[in-house]
Amino acid sequence: MHAFANPARFLRIARPLTPWLFWGGLALLVAGALCGLLLTPADYLQGESVRILYIHVPAAWLGMGGWTGIAVAALVQMVWRHPLAGVAGRAIAVPGALFTAICLVTGSIWGRPTWGTWWEWDGRMTSMLVLLFLYFGYIALARASAADGRGIGDNGGVSRVTAIFALVGAINLPIINRSVVWWNSLHQGPSITVRGSTIDMAILWPLGLTVLGFSLWFGAIVLMRMRAILAENKIEARLARMAREGLSEGMGESGGEGAREGRVA
Amino acid sequence: MAMKKKHQRLVLALIALVAVIGAGLLAASALKDEAAYFYTPEDAKVKGVEPGKAIRLGGMVVGGSLKKQADGVTIAFDVTDGKAVVPARFTGIAPDLFREGSGVVAEGSFDRNGTFIATNLLAKHDERYMPRELEGMTYNATSHEMKAQ
Repeated sequence: MHAFANPARFLRIARPLTPWLFWGGLALLVAGALCGLLLTPADYLQGESVRILYIHVPAAWLGMGGWTGIAVAALVQMVWRHPLAGVAGRAIAVPGALFTAICLVTGSIWGRPTWGTWWEWDGRMTSMLVLLFLYFGYIALARASAADGRGIGDNGGVSRVTAIFALVGAINLPIINRSVVWWNSLHQGPSITVRGSTIDMAILWPLGLTVLGFSLWFGAIVLMRMRAILAENKIEARLARMAREGLSEGMGESGGEGAREGRVA
Repeated sequence: MAMKKKHQRLVLALIALVAVIGAGLLAASALKDEAAYFYTPEDAKVKGVEPGKAIRLGGMVVGGSLKKQADGVTIAFDVTDGKAVVPARFTGIAPDLFREGSGVVAEGSFDRNGTFIATNLLAKHDERYMPRELEGMTYNATSHEMKAQ
């Protein structure tokens, strides 16, 4: 893991990997969505509206997976002080929030024709909404600590408070997962468990394509954002040094800065 | 020395994590009844919900119990959770998925005779999804297979 402590080495792998994840993910999710729209049968009870499943389920899993990633990054940051952990946490937060929002919106659109309501305060929906607010909190905290400036260099601009917030927020993940088991809820129980699936194979299979597609896409977004954050840190480090050393000197040595800044960022 | 510090941080972080998650789960499980979205017919009986108190009642619509009243917009049906049965009445437009043998969450209150007067109906479906051709087949919960009856 510490092989990637040098961001330059991380970038050498992240740069060529990004387009593969992005276009591969896009191709898979378009294929999965088309299969889900055209090839699979309608549900016996819900009819055609069941097809929103191919978007709703990957979005829900990635919303929760995103926070898992943020919490792991926070742990790695606090225990091992890995320089990329904070960068990864910040990079995951925005797509994580986006997918959580997609899950809530598609769930609402799905709920209207099936359940007869846009929104109800049942355990699953409420805990998922809490996850979205946790993302907003994390994004605000990380942005504040990055703007503060003290964090950059050691942990990519994520303060210790932000990391602790990420770990504490992880309590919500098992609560979301168990919400339909612990409490009476409007949302149905889990369909896909380790024991198998209660979704018939004829309806289930395109879900594999969209889950994989959205996951690769999520990965691509995270890598792009990590690169953007690293570049931003580099700019700030350079500006800071230019301010320290005087403008003319800073301009003069711009050629040989790469390796040194790699470590600074 | 550096390794030792790192291990110290790891142990501290893990202890904190376990404590926080344990506290969260304890709180959530203590909420168990309070966070329930609806009363089951058995809950309603055991807890003795007083008439007129706004609650949600959830369960399955008993097969053969659904009857349309003479006015054409009022329906009567029984709700069960397998342990108790509650008669219910609703005036208005029921969601498409509301049908006998399927789940329902009704908002409303009990009248003096113990009939649940619903002001709103929500349909609750289960976790099974299948094509229309498979409807009427039985589902084996352990093998997750569909078999013709």
